[in-house]
Amino acid sequence: MFFAKGHGACPGCALPIAVRNVLEALDGKCFVVNPTGCLEIISSQYGRSAWGVPYIHSLFENAPAVASGIANALKVLGREDEGHVVVFAGDGATSDIGVGYLSSMLHRNDNVLYICLDNEAYQNTGNQQSSQTPLGASTTTTPAGRILPGKTLRRKDMIAFALAHGTPYVASASVAFPRDIRRKAKRAVEFEGSKYIHIHCPCVTGWGFDSSDTIKVAKLAYETALFPIVEFEYGVLVRVKKIKKRKPVEEYLKIQRRFRHLFRHPEGLKIIKEIQRIADENAERYGLDV
Amino acid sequence: MIKVVRGFYAVAYAVKLCKPDVICAYPITPQTEIVENLAEMYANGELERCSYITAESEFEAASILVGASATGARTFTATCSQGLILMAEVLLNAAGMRLPILIVNTNRALSAPLSIWNDLQDSLLLRDAGIIQMYVENNQEVHELIPQAYKIAEKVMFPFMICMDGFKLTHAYEPIDLLDQEFVDSFLPEYDPPIKLTTKNPLTFGSYAPPHCYMEFRYRMHNDMLKAKKVMEDVFKEWAEIRRDWGGLVEYKEGKTVLISMGSLVEIVKDVAEELNLGYLKIRAFRPFPYDEIRRILGDCENVIIFDRAISVGYEGVITIDVKNALYGCSPDVYSFIVGLGGRDVPKDLIVRCVEKVLDRKVKPGYYFEGLKEFEEVIY
Repeated sequence: MFFAKGHGACPGCALPIAVRNVLEALDGKCFVVNPTGCLEIISSQYGRSAWGVPYIHSLFENAPAVASGIANALKVLGREDEGHVVVFAGDGATSDIGVGYLSSMLHRNDNVLYICLDNEAYQNTGNQQSSQTPLGASTTTTPAGRILPGKTLRRKDMIAFALAHGTPYVASASVAFPRDIRRKAKRAVEFEGSKYIHIHCPCVTGWGFDSSDTIKVAKLAYETALFPIVEFEYGVLVRVKKIKKRKPVEEYLKIQRRFRHLFRHPEGLKIIKEIQRIADENAERYGLDV
Repeated sequence: MIKVVRGFYAVAYAVKLCKPDVICAYPITPQTEIVENLAEMYANGELERCSYITAESEFEAASILVGASATGARTFTATCSQGLILMAEVLLNAAGMRLPILIVNTNRALSAPLSIWNDLQDSLLLRDAGIIQMYVENNQEVHELIPQAYKIAEKVMFPFMICMDGFKLTHAYEPIDLLDQEFVDSFLPEYDPPIKLTTKNPLTFGSYAPPHCYMEFRYRMHNDMLKAKKVMEDVFKEWAEIRRDWGGLVEYKEGKTVLISMGSLVEIVKDVAEELNLGYLKIRAFRPFPYDEIRRILGDCENVIIFDRAISVGYEGVITIDVKNALYGCSPDVYSFIVGLGGRDVPKDLIVRCVEKVLDRKVKPGYYFEGLKEFEEVIY
């Protein structure tokens, strides 16, 4: 078992789905680097590690750098055939506190597969906004109040960020499509240099939906074009997951507690319209509609 | 081979002889020329089987070495001052994970006000980190300490920080009796830790410890740091036999009045001690702290005079705090002079003046700032 049963994830948590699929796709030939966050806390307690692969957690912000160190050491020591260096990092570690180190790693093009497990807020500490939290979401640091309608900024585009560094392989994926995750993990490690995969991982407690609905929510994010599933090789868009009949964003928003206020807040309608505009923009930009 | 080189080169050349696997650093005055020297060696293919990585900050440099060291690589970085304290979070983490990273810190003052000049405030701030700290007197000592530091660190599994005075040592040209490859190869075994990140034996590094076991980790760390003293003494003895005797955790001459300092200031302090026929104590290892040695050497003397180049703001000189603590229950009067902050010159006559104040009973035991100017914007 590369990621064993008995870890402490919440029922319905998306993270183990992503992690297991990546590790299995790579036959467990991995050195896993994991910054502080949900995944680290559910899997790495002393004496109860869930990891069947070599694993290191150092700090919150430095996973890309630690991974660079491992990749370079393996090269120098002639041990590269032992396995791939894989980072599993949350969205806060990736796009906020560790973004400078990710930039540096991508700049050096170190031989690392960096996977962002995006649950759209600091969920380990109880749903505080990160730069991946979408517009309109109510979090504990961007709560919906009498005046403010939840978060008023849009997500940081990490796909564009990775591409801007000339990263050889950049893709997004969703736990709604595990086969796609496996294929992308396998494809990614065929590239020498840095690889970036951004995986959408709905969070039961932070987003507020039933623990049996994780996949349904993930699928709706894709079906509304709020989370486009794309794949770039050497900066060229080689594949997108097309959407047969794009759904209005309300269908995605209304089943989550974090967006519920939008349907009664004075600013709500405006925000929903803007969210729909973002979805339309995504669909247009990547040609998602069939 | 004796060659006139700068302190930077004395460090870089010794590092090269130790065949590090991964070097990673970020420029900062007065450290930069160390890593520039290494970069030049790397560019010329003189560092065999080595990866030289440029980082985006000292924080990243240390983080890269955490990954490399955990994978079983011999690692090196150099920094100082703002760079060192930016690294601090990583270095404490490396200490807890017991990674034997070697750091050369070219001591420099901390901001604000900004100062690129020398004092010991930066490294002494990391006193409690679980990092071995040694202070060198001259460039020959730092050159010879580097192989010893690797040997010690890789036995006791702690990060090792060698502290050398910025500018005073780094920029100084001195004739250095350079080590050669054959000598270092026979002294320093290859680094191949039994515990490392490998798919052949998948282990979890950096797990978190709930209250039921955290304290045991820290207890073990503390005990191992204390036990490291023996390993350090053994390595120093071995070096003394094959090369040159630099003393143990401390180097000293007994006396009724003993002058204490660390780093390059020791050279002047020794001169003064000799001229006035007094004792001196050079603290080489600040962590682990030479508690027993200090009690033994100073316990029965009359006056202990400490020259501190760092203060614990709101208390007193940093070395003084630890020396006084070691002397608890012993009889000497302890006088502490805070000198040379932010590169303020510490000429010999200033040391003499301090000592005479004590010997002439012009001051009571306590701490004093020496060498201050009347500078009305600051002192009012």
